This record gives sequence, C-alpha cells and structure tokens, in this order.
Amino acid sequence: MKHPALWRSAIAGGLVLALEVLCRTGVINAFTMIPPSKMLVALANMMRHADWFWADARYTFQNVAAAIVLSIVPGFLIGLVIHALPRLRRVLNPVLLSYYSVPTFVFYPLLIVIFGIGQLSLTIMGAMFGVVAMISSTLTAIDRIPRVYGKVARVMRINRWRTALRITLPAATPHLFTGVKLAVAYSVIGVIAGEFILATAGLGRRLSLSFNEFDNATMYGLILLIFIVVAIINGVLQRWEARIYRRWYRA
Amino acid sequence: MTPDVHVTLKAVTRVYPAHSGHAAVQALGPIDFGLRRGEFVGVVGPSGCGKSTLLETVAGLAMPTTGTVTFEGAPVRHQVPDGVGVVFQEDATFPWLTVRDNVAFGLQRAGVDAAEITRRVDDAIAFMGLNAFRTAYPSQLSGGMRQRVCIARTLVLRPRLILLDEPFGALDQQTRLLMGEELLRLWRETGATVMLITHALDEAAMLSDRVAVMSSRPGRFISVLETHWPRERDSRIVSEPGFGLFTSRLWELIRDESRKALGIA
Repeated sequence: MKHPALWRSAIAGGLVLALEVLCRTGVINAFTMIPPSKMLVALANMMRHADWFWADARYTFQNVAAAIVLSIVPGFLIGLVIHALPRLRRVLNPVLLSYYSVPTFVFYPLLIVIFGIGQLSLTIMGAMFGVVAMISSTLTAIDRIPRVYGKVARVMRINRWRTALRITLPAATPHLFTGVKLAVAYSVIGVIAGEFILATAGLGRRLSLSFNEFDNATMYGLILLIFIVVAIINGVLQRWEARIYRRWYRA
Repeated sequence: MTPDVHVTLKAVTRVYPAHSGHAAVQALGPIDFGLRRGEFVGVVGPSGCGKSTLLETVAGLAMPTTGTVTFEGAPVRHQVPDGVGVVFQEDATFPWLTVRDNVAFGLQRAGVDAAEITRRVDDAIAFMGLNAFRTAYPSQLSGGMRQRVCIARTLVLRPRLILLDEPFGALDQQTRLLMGEELLRLWRETGATVMLITHALDEAAMLSDRVAVMSSRPGRFISVLETHWPRERDSRIVSEPGFGLFTSRLWELIRDESRKALGIA
C-alpha cells in the first residue's frame, strides 16, 4: 500500500466523521457521547473561559512530566544494573514479567498515607506504572547490543561508567524507544487515574467531577485534550525513532 | 627475554570450567610462542580450535587458565595493555557516529588534545582511503569500508601490537586481497607487530612472515612455518610458484586436524 501515513490519516478522519454522524443523528445518544466537533468547541471554550483550566492543566502535566522522567531515568539505570548482575536478573525476572498483572493502584492509598494527597503521590503513582516497562525495555535493548562493542570498550580501556554513557546508551537507543513510549503512556495513565480517584487538583480530578455532574461537554473536552497531548508526544517519539532507524539501517 | 621478542606465551592454556552438567572444556594449549617485534604472524587452524580464544588471551580480553602472556616484558593480566589494538571480525563501527567520529572515538577517551586528534584522524582516514566518506554514517558504507573504519580507529591509537581476528571474514575474495594489501602497507609503515587470526590459508600465506598452524581442540601450535617473503610484497605474490607450494604445505598440516574437528577423521 502506497503512502501509509495518508491512509492512516484517512482512516482516522473517517472514524471521526462516522462518530460525528452517529452522534448528530442520535444513533449514539447525547447523554452517552457528544459529537467530536462539540468536544473541540468545549475544549476551546474551557481554554478561553474556565478559570480552573490552565492551573489544572499545569498541575497534571507537571505530574506527568515528573513521572515520565522518574520512569525513564531510574528505569534505564536500574536496567543497566540488573543487566550487569545476571544472578540478580534471574531473581527479578519473574517479578518483572508479572508486574503488570498486579493492580498497582492498590498502592495508591499507601502512597497517600506516606506522602499525603498531592503531587508527590501522583508522580510516584505515575512512575510506578512506567518504570518497569522502562527496566524491561532496557534489558531487552542491552541484550541486543552487539557483544563486540563491549570488547571495543575494553580494548580502548574505557571505564564502565563511560562505556555505559558513550557506548551502551547510544547503542541501545533505537531499542529503548519501546520502553520510552510505554513509560509515557503508563505515566499518563497513572497520574490521570490517581487524580481521578483522589486529588485536590488536576485534569483527572476535573474529569471525575464532570463525570459525576453529567457534564459531558467538559468531560469529553478534557478527554480530547489528553488524547491530543499523548498523540503529539507519541508522534514526536515516533519521528525521532524513525530518523534514527533510517540513519542506522539505511543500507 | 630476547630483546626482539615482543610478545611471549609460556605454557598458556585456557579451560572453560564445567557448568550446568557440562564437563570442563580445554579450549587452548599448552602454547609456547614468541612474536618478534615488527613481524607479521598468521595463525590458522580448524574451526573451533581456539584461534579467537588465543587472540583474546594475548590481548588481555581473557585470562589464561595456566601459563603467562607477556607484552613488552610485562605480564598481561585482566586488561588490554596500552599499545595493543584489536580489530574484530564483526562490524564494530558505531552506527550513531560518522566515519570521522568513529575513528576519533578512542582518542577522545584517551584525553588527546583536539588539534592532535584532528591530525591523527585525518592521517588515518587518508591512509585508509576514506577521505570521501568522512561525514558518512556506517550504514552508507560497504562491509569492506566499515572494516577499514575499524582499522583506522585502531591505527590512530598507534598500537605497537595489532591483533586481527578474521577481519576480512565477511568480505568477498577480491576485496579480501585488496584489504590484505592495505594491511601490509599499514604494517610496513607503522612498524607494528601484527598477529592475524584467519581460517583462509591463502590469506595467511600472502600476508605473513610466519604462519602458526593450530591443532584441533585443544588448540596447540603443531607447526610454525617461515614464508621468507620480502617485506615489500602485495597480493601479486599469490601468482608466485612458491606461494602455491607454501599453501599446499599449510593444507597438508591442517587437513587431518580439520577432519578431526569435523569428526570425520
């Protein structure tokens, strides 16, 4: 199929149009969902007129950004350490494999008890979701690095820290993108869901309030906003990943 | 130590210990050998005889189980000594760096100043005929050119001992011959001692002053033959009558060992 990006856009556009028609014709009732065009208008109105909007958006995206950083950086470093210690890896492997089968949210009340209701609990919640994806991705990425690079580092007598920074990290980069993309997605889920359950501010809390008040315009406007932001982050990562792959494997 | 001996191996063995129900495997030795300063030594042997293990042991990438390796009179232990360069069979170029940055990589690590890095890198790139590809990424180069980048990266560090582990193993015959010529030129101009591990008898015969023939596992030196080629030589030596005789002699020595290695002896 030629021009896959065009096809993708056409399919997405078609689905949005279909949803618009289904909502406008009453096949999907207005109590359940509003048409996408109204979601967009609701979002624009919120951005212009709602006095809470920018403060809540800043609150949420700060939490998400912190959770992403706390997923990716420690996730990569922990992955490096686990990879360097095969016995530790054998011990931890079952935990890493089954981590996402455990409902991590059961720890949210514990985080609130320890850190209180606020940004720290939400950030940690988001990071707890994302960090294991990053650890697993780092392990896979390092496994895929040609062993000869390690020998080259030893021949050049480069110490372990510098090898990690100058060889392991760049060599693993293309394979780390999976982890980074998952860490972003999980961090957003963790933070928004945490805010939804119990928080004093944030878009997740606004979602929860609008859901309880049957305020579909606000609720769908916020869902659209979150969707757009995540799609932009993923789009940027995707382009970056594609660029690296082109440079590395163009032959 | 005899003054002109650059590397000495004394009773070197390498045994892989038993694990997970598998018995211990003696991969190498015992080997006693001396590489003379500035000579080109080829090492040939059947598949799996421990050629690469030997190279890693000489380089300091692996420790001998028993025996000692000395380089310039000092024992080689746990780390690659200063002055030793290794070129591997696998593509070891870094795909995220340009040719220029690949070649400069080791120098930057060694804390050499920027002007000196530029000078050495320019020289090495020119020497290996990569001038037109300085800003290219490895993915834009052929396999032979990537191997030249790896050789240039070793060359800039000015090694006194160059170890090559089947560096042309993945290349076609014509490219191998031409790369062999480049290697001979490099050897002559740098004055380095070179040890080349190869499975290609003609390659070893063309390039080497001496060829060590290894037995099947555990790899030992069953013979070391002098080629008596002039120092100024190139790939045209393969058409000399003596070349065929020398290669035949190598094959005679290695044939039975290869049959043993394949389990058809």
